[in-house]
Amino acid sequence: MDLEYTAAEKSFRDDVRQFITRNLPRDVSAKVLGHKRLTREDIIGWHRILHTRGWSGPTWPKEFGGPGWTAVEQHIFDEECTAAGAPPVIAFGVRMVAPVIMKYGSAAQQQYYLPRILSGEHWWCQGYSEPGSGSDLASLKTTAVRRGDTYVVNGQKTWNTLGHFADWMFCLARTSTEGRSQEGISFLLMNMKSKGISVRPIALIDGEHEVNEVWLDDVEVPVAQRVGDENKGWTYAKYLLTHERVNIARLGESKRELKSLKSIAARVPNNGRPLIEDSRFRDAIAAVEIEIRALEYTVLGVLSAEAAGRDPGAISSALKISGSEIQQTLSELKMRALGPRALPHVPEALDFGWQGEPSGAEWWAALCGRYFNMRKTSIYSGSNEIQRNIISHRLLGL
Amino acid sequence: MQFEFDEEQLALQDSVRRFLTERYDFETRRECLAKPFGSNDEIWQAFAEQGFLSIGLPEAHGGIGGATELMLTMEEIGRALVLEPYFATVALCAPLIAALGTDSQQADLLPRVAAGSLKLALAHGEAEARYASTVHTEARRVGDCWVLRGAKATVLDGAVADLLLVSAKSDKGLAVFVVEPNAPGVRLARYRTQDGRSAADVFFDDVKLSANQLLGAGDATSAVERAVERGVAALCAEAVGAMEATNATTIEYTKSRKQFGQPIGRFQALQHRMADMFVQATQARSMSILAAGRCAAQGDADLRRRDVSAAKCYVGKAARFIGQQAVQLHGGMGMADELAVSHYFKRLTLIDMTFGDSSHHLAAVSDAILAESRVQGDE
Repeated sequence: MDLEYTAAEKSFRDDVRQFITRNLPRDVSAKVLGHKRLTREDIIGWHRILHTRGWSGPTWPKEFGGPGWTAVEQHIFDEECTAAGAPPVIAFGVRMVAPVIMKYGSAAQQQYYLPRILSGEHWWCQGYSEPGSGSDLASLKTTAVRRGDTYVVNGQKTWNTLGHFADWMFCLARTSTEGRSQEGISFLLMNMKSKGISVRPIALIDGEHEVNEVWLDDVEVPVAQRVGDENKGWTYAKYLLTHERVNIARLGESKRELKSLKSIAARVPNNGRPLIEDSRFRDAIAAVEIEIRALEYTVLGVLSAEAAGRDPGAISSALKISGSEIQQTLSELKMRALGPRALPHVPEALDFGWQGEPSGAEWWAALCGRYFNMRKTSIYSGSNEIQRNIISHRLLGL
Repeated sequence: MQFEFDEEQLALQDSVRRFLTERYDFETRRECLAKPFGSNDEIWQAFAEQGFLSIGLPEAHGGIGGATELMLTMEEIGRALVLEPYFATVALCAPLIAALGTDSQQADLLPRVAAGSLKLALAHGEAEARYASTVHTEARRVGDCWVLRGAKATVLDGAVADLLLVSAKSDKGLAVFVVEPNAPGVRLARYRTQDGRSAADVFFDDVKLSANQLLGAGDATSAVERAVERGVAALCAEAVGAMEATNATTIEYTKSRKQFGQPIGRFQALQHRMADMFVQATQARSMSILAAGRCAAQGDADLRRRDVSAAKCYVGKAARFIGQQAVQLHGGMGMADELAVSHYFKRLTLIDMTFGDSSHHLAAVSDAILAESRVQGDE
């Protein structure tokens, strides 16, 4: 057991940090750190910069063009990128569909899709949830009917994140109604420009456009764009989720937000003194710092077990629960730190470079909306109640 | 960075667990509870024969293993709810002797610890201080000797200790003396603690001490602070073992207890509670590993203090939550002396209340945040 990073790991961290310092555009990091609106170009631009260094697929093995990093190196890379305010990895391509294509895709699919994910040519989105199928995802009703070499897909997907930016969508569709509901699902890849796909924004609680409804109306998908076997899509979908194991904890982001919370508490006046001097507020910061420490060392333990070749199993559900609760607490404390300054709704202040009244809104206007927005974290990717079901069934044997 | 334990360490933990399962099951423990102060010399001697009392001692005095081995052993002490003064003797006092004592003091005391002929207790905390480390007990130098005056409160395992390590302020800073409980001028009020163990309040009325009763030379403030931090890490590990056992016994109970025609473990309200208990026990173990690692390393003292406090705060809170919920999920049986769950609950509660509860350590982390913010403000 050794809690210290090795010399090689420290030097790796220095390399990553140096690359970020030299290459991450200042305006982009300022937007990320200030929770301003990011454009598609902000996100894809950073992805392309990483690609020039061979780092756009940080979790990928060398075989498919990734850097072949250890789990600890991936963790360090994520910490450094997040702390510096780099835009998030475009997870749906890099972290979600790519591992499925690597494991279950045909050679032709691997050769076509994977390099385009790395280069940023293809932005991917996810077609999983439906209006009637949320936690009970396997009950999904979107159908794919085979006609020769083509599936004809009909149905409606929802909570589709950044689909308005996307070129491709991986999608679960029903190809059979026989047997258990999990047994008739196929995993299809579809071009978002296909005839019959329409993307409609869903207005969210904070007024921002982040997710969409996707309507599928006689969309033709070549059978060659099905991953793996027909009716085995549920297996691939579950495999995809296990790849989200550690990332789901959002540890790097929470460490960054803790730092930001402390600097806000040091900046906000509280009857003439910095708020951080109020022990009642500061104790709440201390409490979440301790939760983050507990999550961090649990994540490092999981990485270490994976590196030793052991499968940590359903522990990712525990990371999801703790990680999302921490994200919510941090966003809540950042909002509460503002006091009455949390009240004004100034959506234009979320555009980078905006200056105006009320004064100071350029730095605080995003925080209350972000609190509302972060309530999603205990709902998405398997709600925390579903995670507790997984823990009690798979780890506790109940 | 790697968190894996090597095969020898896992084998050691396994051997402690097997020994305690065979020789210290819940019924044996119940018999020990009926003895004066819960102490059973036969078990203590067996610990010595198995080498459990040598864990963490310096190699020169027959020691085996280090901080990791001690942590893994403390988990088993917690899992088996051992009443013996293992924590005070092996985790708390022996390392303090190793840190402070002269060669001859170490050679005199430590082999006796390993052999099972010397039980120790640390008389440091005082009633006025609550959880703070302020010491009012005083040692005055008189010629070559010392005169000790003051009082110590809730000295854990003090009722069964052969020797006490007593902290006192002196002309050279904090000093630690080796004191016999039956020396003239020493009075012990011995009592049982809520978890079936024992402690003592100790009073020193101008106790005359010879020069060689002083452990080492020079100011012992930092050595005592580090001893207490190691003690905190050991308590965290003990709590981890107790929490894992509490969770396991609760899961088993809810699988066998039937109401409304089915095992109550099928009810989602109970399943989710047990999932939360599992998550907290898992993360508590990560914090216990962090605390042990920080105490073993020669690193930044501020970071060490902050992480040890973070660990004790997290573990203390988790211990309270898991203990309370385990009793709740056992229903009426959770209130009974008969099942292990009530005994785990009491031990977990007292671990939180020892060497600073979760509020005390939360305040320590909170104060560190303020200090850090002031440093950043000055920059």
